[in-house]
Amino acid sequence: MTAAPTAPADAAIEARGLTKRFGERVALLEVDFAATAGEVLAVIGPNGAGKTTLLSILAGIREADAGEIHLPRGAIGFVPQQAALYRRLTVAENLRLFARLEGIADVEGAVATMLDQTGLGDRRDDQAGTLSGGNQQRINIAIGLLSDPAVLLLDEPSTGLDPRQRGRLWEFVLDLAGGGTTVIFSTHNIAEAERYAQRVLVIADGQALFDGTIAGLHAAEPGTAGDNPDFESAFVRFLAERGH
Amino acid sequence: MRWLLLKDLQIMRRSPLLTALLIVYPIAIAVLIGFALSRGPDEPRVAFLNQVPPDSPLSVGGQELDLAGARSELCARIECVEVSSEEEAREKVESGDVLAALILPPDLVEKLQTLAGLAPESPIVKVIVNEEDPVKAGLVDDRINALLAEANLRISQEVSDVATSYLQILLDGGDFSFLGDGIEILGLRRSEQILREVRAQLPPDSPDLDQLDSVIRFSHLAAENLDVADDLLDAVSQPIKVEKETIDGGTPSLDTFAIAVAATVTLMFVTVLLVAGSLALEREENAFARLTRGLVSKTALLGEKILLGIVVALAVTLLMLAGLGFFVDLDWGRFALWLPAIVAGGAGFAAFGAAIGGAAKEVRAASLLAFMVSLPVAFLSLIPSGTVAPGLYDVIEVVTALFPFDPALRALTGALDAAGPSIGIAILHLAILALAYGALARLAVRRFA
Repeated sequence: MTAAPTAPADAAIEARGLTKRFGERVALLEVDFAATAGEVLAVIGPNGAGKTTLLSILAGIREADAGEIHLPRGAIGFVPQQAALYRRLTVAENLRLFARLEGIADVEGAVATMLDQTGLGDRRDDQAGTLSGGNQQRINIAIGLLSDPAVLLLDEPSTGLDPRQRGRLWEFVLDLAGGGTTVIFSTHNIAEAERYAQRVLVIADGQALFDGTIAGLHAAEPGTAGDNPDFESAFVRFLAERGH
Repeated sequence: MRWLLLKDLQIMRRSPLLTALLIVYPIAIAVLIGFALSRGPDEPRVAFLNQVPPDSPLSVGGQELDLAGARSELCARIECVEVSSEEEAREKVESGDVLAALILPPDLVEKLQTLAGLAPESPIVKVIVNEEDPVKAGLVDDRINALLAEANLRISQEVSDVATSYLQILLDGGDFSFLGDGIEILGLRRSEQILREVRAQLPPDSPDLDQLDSVIRFSHLAAENLDVADDLLDAVSQPIKVEKETIDGGTPSLDTFAIAVAATVTLMFVTVLLVAGSLALEREENAFARLTRGLVSKTALLGEKILLGIVVALAVTLLMLAGLGFFVDLDWGRFALWLPAIVAGGAGFAAFGAAIGGAAKEVRAASLLAFMVSLPVAFLSLIPSGTVAPGLYDVIEVVTALFPFDPALRALTGALDAAGPSIGIAILHLAILALAYGALARLAVRRFA
């Protein structure tokens, strides 16, 4: 790795040597990283790099073949790429169901809070399937936040959203980070990573190639920072020079 | 788990088509089966053309045969549709108005009367059938053959009786009518007796004694041998007699079996489709990964789906049986046995549905797979022994034992009727299948995330 990760003492989440294989194919190979409370970390890389696999292992959906994860004290909230909710249930029923399954004591309170945060209070009795993709994504994120997690994992959160919906989404997410929630998101949108993430973790072919700031990635590509300030070009060149 | 169950019931309530199908389907099946059972099988309609001249007494060997009675008996077993000509009979068969046409020729009586004579001639009854499809052809052949076989048997018995009466006259003597004249027949036994009396009156050295002894011996032997001809003629008139012995104890009534089949088919479709679709829906809605990342274990989620299947199966099957109760007498005293049979059947089908839902992953694929697997297995399970080659039947038995339909049918038949198969063994079979399919479903959902 270009920049060796140094686990901060106040790491909210830390992973060491994560490895995952699907048959002969190596999806992740000894990936290390850590993130602190309130930090926004973008996981970027080409298609099939292993981003979703990494997030699903952190979320507890898949088990790693090797490696270890130090989880935060609070719960981990997971927001899958495609809205994971029941389209025949109303917005409130979806939130209520997952609140009950999370074992939240004040179910109705949590539902009201999420409806307020997502701005969907006036649509609470509408079936989720009748909402726009953007609103469904807001419920999707709200469900991930029901347990007030210390770490929120977002898999390609802005996919399918229009610019206005994306703007509202990121405003919402950055508010959460401002409140101390660690946010780890995967994305294909390099500009989005550059704009909202404090740090990026670059993965290609299952290997973590870079873990650091945007400026750090520019620095890893001598010449790009001065001649071409475009982060996406620097990222592409970074991958190309490493055979990806 | 109860929140997931509640959620699934809410989703079902929000799916009007699915809910309507779940309610309408069992009621429709119940009404159809009920009508079929309460009306009983219809008598086949057969066009009947009698070309025998009226007032033609049928007498075989001087014995009157009751033609009118035979016709009444025939028409009690089929619905006779009187026609006036062969063309009309043919039209009715062609149009499908009747299953077949039976035409009695004008010389029927004449030829029947020759059967007891020295130059017997069999009358030919004409049958017109419309075998437009193999099923109908089989039905027509079976019905007509059965009717004709019975008619032949009756006539041969009459002829046999006449022949026996002739022999009796030959043996014991008596009056015999020939061409309207009465003739007195002496009979073999009486002849022997007269000859013996004559012999006793002859002198011991009479040259006629030897010849007379020969005639007496012949009369004696002929009488003795013809005496056993009665039994022989009776045997010839009905060579094979049937003695029915039921090996396997009592069997449930056809009505009970039909109800059990209808209930099992309903149970199968409702449960398998619902559970397979519901499990596949968790993946289609992307909720599976969210649920199983700590909120609910995969095993608990499968358990909830199987419970959902059992609950709906119980409600739908009881609804269907209640509907059937309007048409046929159900033994409600056995209600306590219905419940475990339905629950066990529901569990078997639900676990089977879960395995299909886990393998298919998508609702539409799961529904299609459920139909494609369930329907042939149901048909195979209804094949009775002895109707296919023994080796093939063994294979069918093995295949059907691997699916819940056959044990569910046995459990329901046993629950509905005391004469049915053992409900305990069937429930045990279903429990084993439920566990096996549950394990398969658990393996299948490993690939779900």
